[in-house]
Amino acid sequence: MTTPLLAVDDLSISFGANGRTHHIVSNVSLRLGAGQTLGIVGESGCGKSTLAGALLGRLPGGTEVNDGRVSVAGHDLFRSSARQLRALRGGTVALVPQNAGHALTPTMRVGRQMREVLTLHRDLSGTAADEEAARLFAQVRMPQPEMLLTRYPHELSGGQQQRVGIALALAGAPRLLVLDEPTTGLDVVTQAGVLDLLATLRAELGLAMILVSHDLGVIASTCDRVAVMYAGRIVETGPTTRLYDAPGHPYTRALLASVPSIAEPGLPADLPGSPPKPGGTVTGCAFAERCPVVQAQCRTGDAPPLRAIDDDTRAACLRAEEVRDLPPERRPVHLRPEYAEQSTLVSLRGVEIRYRSGGPPTVADLDLDIRRGETLALVGESGSGKSTVAWTIAGLRAPSAGTVTFAGTDDLTRLVGARPASLRRRIQTVFQNADTALNPRRLVREAVGRPLRLFRLAGRNDVAARTDALFTDVGLDPSYQHRLPAQLSGGQRQRVGIARALAAEPDLVLADEVVSALDVSVQAAVLRLLDRVRTEHDSTYLFISHDLAVVRSIADRVAVLYLGRLCEIGDVADVFAGPSHPYTRLLLGSVLDPRPPASDMDGHAASRPVEEPESAPPAAGCPFQRRCPHAIEGLCDTATPPWRQTDTTHRIRCHLDLEDLARA
Amino acid sequence: MIRYVLRRLALAVLTVWLASLGIFLAVHALPGDVATQILGRDATPQAVAAMRTELGLNEPLWQRYGDWLSGALHGDFGTSLVTHQPVADELTLRLRNTLLIAALAIVLGIVLALVCGVVAGLTRDRWPDMLISTLSLAGMSMPEFVIATLLALAFAVAIPIFPAVVTAGPDATVAELLPALWLPACALSVVMAAYIIRMLRTSVIDTMASEFVATARLRGLAPARVVLRHALPSALLPTVNVVAMNIAWLLGGVVVVESVFNYPGLGVLTVDAVHNRDLPVLQAIALLGAATYALLNLAADVVAMLLNPRLRRRAVA
Repeated sequence: MTTPLLAVDDLSISFGANGRTHHIVSNVSLRLGAGQTLGIVGESGCGKSTLAGALLGRLPGGTEVNDGRVSVAGHDLFRSSARQLRALRGGTVALVPQNAGHALTPTMRVGRQMREVLTLHRDLSGTAADEEAARLFAQVRMPQPEMLLTRYPHELSGGQQQRVGIALALAGAPRLLVLDEPTTGLDVVTQAGVLDLLATLRAELGLAMILVSHDLGVIASTCDRVAVMYAGRIVETGPTTRLYDAPGHPYTRALLASVPSIAEPGLPADLPGSPPKPGGTVTGCAFAERCPVVQAQCRTGDAPPLRAIDDDTRAACLRAEEVRDLPPERRPVHLRPEYAEQSTLVSLRGVEIRYRSGGPPTVADLDLDIRRGETLALVGESGSGKSTVAWTIAGLRAPSAGTVTFAGTDDLTRLVGARPASLRRRIQTVFQNADTALNPRRLVREAVGRPLRLFRLAGRNDVAARTDALFTDVGLDPSYQHRLPAQLSGGQRQRVGIARALAAEPDLVLADEVVSALDVSVQAAVLRLLDRVRTEHDSTYLFISHDLAVVRSIADRVAVLYLGRLCEIGDVADVFAGPSHPYTRLLLGSVLDPRPPASDMDGHAASRPVEEPESAPPAAGCPFQRRCPHAIEGLCDTATPPWRQTDTTHRIRCHLDLEDLARA
Repeated sequence: MIRYVLRRLALAVLTVWLASLGIFLAVHALPGDVATQILGRDATPQAVAAMRTELGLNEPLWQRYGDWLSGALHGDFGTSLVTHQPVADELTLRLRNTLLIAALAIVLGIVLALVCGVVAGLTRDRWPDMLISTLSLAGMSMPEFVIATLLALAFAVAIPIFPAVVTAGPDATVAELLPALWLPACALSVVMAAYIIRMLRTSVIDTMASEFVATARLRGLAPARVVLRHALPSALLPTVNVVAMNIAWLLGGVVVVESVFNYPGLGVLTVDAVHNRDLPVLQAIALLGAATYALLNLAADVVAMLLNPRLRRRAVA
């Protein structure tokens, strides 16, 4: 029998605390041969990253391997000498870290970091090393690879840093690549480019890859096989397409159902609860608490074993066969009520916002109405100016030209300090990172109670009762209000952030990427919460996101921004039905659906770009001209494109007419 | 980068100028009349008046300040009221002697601090760290004259390898001073290193826990390379300003330590000048101190820039 490239046998990793052993990874076994790809998926806290580290012989501080082994090319990593381990790391198995921005040494030039690896693992130096470095940078499709050698990491964009991280991992000519959330934190378009690169590299170099991600779409687009982890165990493993089509474990099924889809409207199903904390004593199946098909025997005895349910798929569920045969998950289409009122709440006319006077405006020529009662989504890559628009409405940045009015009368070009308290109360913000938006040293009760006191919305004696009600409203037990932000999970913190915004009884809520940092299961729950409270409180949302699938599920109308210029706007159904602006098509093509509709597959691959997002618009003409596949020379680079109105609510700003756009 | 350095340099010049103004005004706000001070209490009013004219004390304050400042810029700090020699000559000699101690103390202190700080940071909570942290805490809590006296007791009295007291005058040659340098320099470097060690230890611990150090390790790089090439430049960054502050502190420490060993440097000169109310000398020393502080801070900024490419080069858009 030949030795597999990677063999993990019955691996258990634990830490000891209070005289007890707490397992982070339990009885995990994996096999991977040359050129194979395996995705590891699960919510945060399921032991994915610990497992990924163990594949390189690294353990988190304070933990130990209790049992089992990890062999790479026949070498047992946890029984190798330090010298052997160093030769294996980088040379045989290499890591592509999650956040290349933090994983590249900031004080060393990129070329030097590359030469270091080449010298260590490949015995190259001098010009030979420089040439090889340039070749590797070219292989990861970096423009001007020779110039890159003298760059420092901070001089590169996020996508470029990630490519450099991949090139550095490739430098030692490894046979196995471990990728820990390789595209989390990147823009959709950049993410699509990086994943495309990985697929090419795999085909060219015959690399085996283990890709750890919480994003089922990322795994679907890169991996042949997938292993689903829950509470430190692999609960299901098999070929990706088969597993996604007919999951045998209820957890897999629930994860898939919580992903919003770009292809169909409606809010995704949420998966209530959260994974058990590592070390909790669980009898029976760890998922029983959250399982919709749980039965009495699930809660007794040992964890259900991972058993074969067909020739290639294994699941750790007593009822796997039944779960598989359940009808395909129908998206519990949560049809959103039509917004009734059509009066305008916020009106932007000819708005221009500059960060530096003299430089090009970050946002220009923006006409936008936010109607009372709707959820308007503002969509674009980072740098598209969507947050800048929200900040201006919130009064954190004054526009350099144009008018912004609220409810027809109030002037919103004033900064927040110059606005009367009544107006400040009526516009509230929910931020992307609830953990940094909440004061870490104050109980969350104070964050929620503050607007009540500030705007005198509750008498001294009513504040506690109102706070209780707000916590209940956002689905948190009122007992949570006596905690510090650090004592809550990411989803719970975001709920506190929403409760804080609701406390002021606002007319307009600015929601800036509020779900992008959350696990899919939590994201689905927060989306449903947002939609429910919007209806109940009769408020209006400006929902900022780069994720079109999320936007499709929650928004009434969509506005697409590119470099601070509006490209397309319309009702959500019309925008997703097309025809679309070329930039919107690019965004749509970059969305990774775990189960892409078969007909769209080719279209997605074709529209995937490889270039980096731009940072400043061209001097004249259409802002998107340089990346547009349909740009017309002499027209798109000179004249500002006209608005094209479809017969519905949908408007597109493009030199191509609607028929051409539909054909393009 | 050059523009940045020039801007900081301009700022340093401004700082020194403001300091000169402060020094001059403070000295002239001192109670008592310089002429009376020089001539003694029994001098006749005529003699005092003549002296005042000679010293230029009847000129308006601003003009006297202008004269002093332009003199100082040309290296003329006036005449000592005690020795009647030009202040600049005396100062140059003393400055050389003090710089000998200071340079030695800085080199010893920084080497000691780097080695101990990095070792302590890398061996966090194990015995080398415990030992170094305890000793550096002791070094911080003991005043420098105690350390100086202890060193003198140990290496001049118990094991007489270094002189306890310097007998040479300020104009002694470097060779003559050489044996006398070690004890004062050691006393200063111990105190200086103690602060830097504490800072560097924390900074090394933080950097070693960072993602880029973990990633460098996972590339299979040898531990020494990971520490020296990847971690140390970042770990040194927050330390640079502490080093500069400590070097500036040396100027104060030198006064005390030189007195203990009777070393003919700026410190002893300062003590004497205060004792004798030798105002031109005091002013010159104070101005020198201000200039040193400003220059050291500038140097710290430049070193920080050399260590941190983010400060050195703006991101290419």
